[in-house]
Amino acid sequence: MSAYLIRRLLYAVPLLLGVNILTFLLFFVVNTPDDMARMQLGQKRVGPEAILDWKHERGYDLPLLWNEGAEGTAQVTETIFYQKSVGLFLFRFGRSDQGRDIGADIRTRMWPSLAIATPSLVLGVTVNVSLALLVVLFRLTYLEFWGMALCVALMSVSSLFYIIGGQYLFGKLLQLVPISGYDGGRDAWRFLILPLTISVISGIGSGVRWYRTLFLDEVEKDYVRTARAKGLGELRVLFTHVLRNALIPILTGIVVLLPLLFTGSLLNESFFAIPGLGSYTIDAIQQQDFAIVRSMVYLGSTLYILGLLLTDISYTLVDPRVRLH
Amino acid sequence: MPLPAFPRCLAAVLLPAIAILLTACGEGPWNSPYPAGAASGRTLFASFSERPKHLDPARAYSSDEFRIIGQVYEPPLQYHYLQRPYALEPLTAVVLPTVRYLDRDLKVLPDDAPEAAIAYSEYAIRLKPGIRFQPHPAFVRDSEGAYRYHALTDEQLASIARLDDFGELATRELTADDYAHQVKRLAHPQLHSPIAELMKTYIVGFRELADVLKRDLDAKGPGTVLDLRDYALEGVQVVDAHHYRVRLHGKYPQFRFWLAMPFFAPMPWEAERFYSQPGLVAKNVTLDWYPVGTGAYQLIENNPNRRIVLGRNPYFHDEFYPTEGEPGDRESGLLVNAGNRLPFIDRVVLALEKETIPYWNKFLQGYYDSSGLASDNFDQAVQFSAQGNAELTREMQAQGISLETAVAASSYYMGFNLLDPVIGGLDERHCKLRQALSIALDYEEFITIFMNGRGIPAQGMVPPGIFGHLDGPRGINPYVYDWVGNAPRRKSIEAARQRLAEAGYPRGVDAVTGKPLVLYLDITARGPDDKSLLNWYRKQFDKLGIQLVLRATDYNQFQQKMANGNAQIFQWGWNADYPDPENFFFLLYGPNRKAGLGGENAANYQSERFDRLFERMRNMDDGPARLEVIQQLQEIVRHDAPWIFGYHPKSFALHHAWFRNLKPNLMANNELKYQLIEPAQRVARQREWNRPRVWPLLVGLILFFAALVPAWHGYRRRQRASAL
Repeated sequence: MSAYLIRRLLYAVPLLLGVNILTFLLFFVVNTPDDMARMQLGQKRVGPEAILDWKHERGYDLPLLWNEGAEGTAQVTETIFYQKSVGLFLFRFGRSDQGRDIGADIRTRMWPSLAIATPSLVLGVTVNVSLALLVVLFRLTYLEFWGMALCVALMSVSSLFYIIGGQYLFGKLLQLVPISGYDGGRDAWRFLILPLTISVISGIGSGVRWYRTLFLDEVEKDYVRTARAKGLGELRVLFTHVLRNALIPILTGIVVLLPLLFTGSLLNESFFAIPGLGSYTIDAIQQQDFAIVRSMVYLGSTLYILGLLLTDISYTLVDPRVRLH
Repeated sequence: MPLPAFPRCLAAVLLPAIAILLTACGEGPWNSPYPAGAASGRTLFASFSERPKHLDPARAYSSDEFRIIGQVYEPPLQYHYLQRPYALEPLTAVVLPTVRYLDRDLKVLPDDAPEAAIAYSEYAIRLKPGIRFQPHPAFVRDSEGAYRYHALTDEQLASIARLDDFGELATRELTADDYAHQVKRLAHPQLHSPIAELMKTYIVGFRELADVLKRDLDAKGPGTVLDLRDYALEGVQVVDAHHYRVRLHGKYPQFRFWLAMPFFAPMPWEAERFYSQPGLVAKNVTLDWYPVGTGAYQLIENNPNRRIVLGRNPYFHDEFYPTEGEPGDRESGLLVNAGNRLPFIDRVVLALEKETIPYWNKFLQGYYDSSGLASDNFDQAVQFSAQGNAELTREMQAQGISLETAVAASSYYMGFNLLDPVIGGLDERHCKLRQALSIALDYEEFITIFMNGRGIPAQGMVPPGIFGHLDGPRGINPYVYDWVGNAPRRKSIEAARQRLAEAGYPRGVDAVTGKPLVLYLDITARGPDDKSLLNWYRKQFDKLGIQLVLRATDYNQFQQKMANGNAQIFQWGWNADYPDPENFFFLLYGPNRKAGLGGENAANYQSERFDRLFERMRNMDDGPARLEVIQQLQEIVRHDAPWIFGYHPKSFALHHAWFRNLKPNLMANNELKYQLIEPAQRVARQREWNRPRVWPLLVGLILFFAALVPAWHGYRRRQRASAL
């Protein structure tokens, strides 16, 4: 397995380099360093000299990818791409164009994202798997029919509607929880309960249908029939035997998401005023802060690759027959 | 009878959850976004949607930044909270600055000396003694007098993540050196102060200081921290601890307004030294993030991803609520607290609220003390009376909410690029073309449709409330409006067509070539929501038979086009820095044009007559003579029409009944210290408006369980049934 992991990690290097180059090109196709300077310096009373100074200070007065005026290796190293990208591979994110330390910002903002994303994932999977098993338990009854109809209805509603509707119902109409806000410590649950509930409910439609399909594939297999023939109750058959055997596709969907829990959710965090990482990248794009954009894209890519790797490893844990070579 | 296994499981999970919900929410409303008891303190709860970029007074320039630092930093002057028109008064200064004029040999000239003889003006500012800075670690000294936190070790830094992690705080008295230090900071090349370029033309020695600082920074390499105490600025002279002078080139009466802005607030050198430590910079503990001032408030939490909290400065100097205002202020209760010591509010909590829906609902629940008014909520809050006055709806009145409106000192306009061969030029033909368009573009309709009536059509360069603005028939734009009855009325479209024909485009067709007139409006990229607005523009031009081509572009490209002078027609706006007509007319001053020179004259308008009059007007004192010159300037720009004068926006703000002493002051940035909260009333209303309703939840749960029962029985039957 070690050889497999090393090989996969080496594959990641060109992949990350490619992502980095692509981000760089896409960003600078849309924004020139002059635009970035204007955005950071403001709209009023900003002259051409101030723009030149700003670019010079931050190294944005260099050529993008190739320095014709330099000689030797400096043709590559004396470019915006090189200067801004090399540190990334060592996870040195540096300072944003507004002068803030990006690493410190990420470390501060990832905790609220985790506070909402982790219980959402755990609770969402638990509820979806449980409901899917119940639907399988009550298969061929009116509950299965109406349950699936409800799932289709739930899937058809936009997540924005769940958020606004949930805030209206629980925060405004029933006045049970704060509409939005965030607090750390013991008081945090009051603010997390609504986004958590909404996140779980909004995922039920697609989640239950997906897991139901997986369980139905298993439920008619020989080992299930054998278990039933031995006199096991249907609940035990489903929650013990069927669930365990359906774990590989379930894990595929879940483990890949684990590292991305850090990066948060834009919609949830915007509407519930949660100070997480969800809006960090979007805000940076709007503010044309290339330093943050490249850092977050790089971080996102790395975490995604890590997620895929963890998924592969998890296969070996749930199914001893799987070997990684 | 015991419950079956599955319902027993569900009950085991759900009943404790309901129990927690019913018991754990304490005495206050369950949906309060604040800790228990927070509403009963003298705390103002408000919100912000965009995090401020800079809190350094040398860099901050936008209203959301001034909203924070205006409470912390104290320039020598401020605007009187109640008086209108806006009037300056001393803040940390003893009196308004005295100005003396000097000739080239530095001999003092009489106050009425001709402008040509004045080589320098000198502002003398005397400070009140005994003013102290907020408590801050930068001022802490050990027993030997050395600054304790100016050379932090790694060991000390390990336990510091935020400013409040410092164990000791201290203060010191404000001196004239602190003001001089800040003026030097404006010249610092790495700070990129937005007013540096302007000040280079006025403050004596400012340009030279900026050059020296730049040279030294280049020589010493990146990461160098310069101690500005080692550099002299010729134009700023500290006479003694409480007295300093600023010397300017020539006459610049508007300088007094700059002295009321945070750019000219004091900056203790200790704070700059403290925050320049790399260990603190790496933790984002910087001067741009944690201001140090003498104002009524200090910043005690700065987490702009969640909230910004201001607390009362324990060392705030004596300042009292004004005892005089304008007529009507006493009747509206604005002088109830006259003579009382400021501030009235102990704490200000500004929460990040990016979306308008939760923000608005929380205001209605009483969790925000005031609110702006977005278009989405406008109809719910405001209705117009038969006389056209904005009034609150019954729902808002029932909640005791009040509405404050004020015309902003801002102008929004549609500009013409005077360098463009079709629409530009100052000959009569082109002026008539632009006048025709000025008539055709019906801004009254625009304000009604797209702004919910929140604006007034502009008649010229100067908004209401600024010296030079005239009401009545003398104040209208005679090329676009007639005075009919008791109000201005836009000229008919026939009059516009007549002007267009005189310009050589009868019915929108070029009389010489026979080709239809096609004009181009550059707009920043628009979404589907703006389709109606774009159609409206087309319709306005179509009234004259002119084809309008909309050139959608993103904001970056738009900026570039404007800088290069490539746009033909564009939309722009300006918020006043200070209440003086110079701050509007300079937008059309020739040497200030955008194309090639990078100034703020986006229309690239250049009229010798206008420039000459502007140069005269900007240095005049307010009075009949200046008013006359302003009217001449108005006449020139109304005739030449480099802009279609659009509108002056009207701000609408809603406040709950417990929020008092509110008077819109669009120039002041430090108004929080005058405002007052009545917490008992707020707590009572919040409880009344936020009574939790649990029964629908219980009903829903009962229905859910009821739906499960038949299925459960079906399942049990199937389990018990035999296979054959």
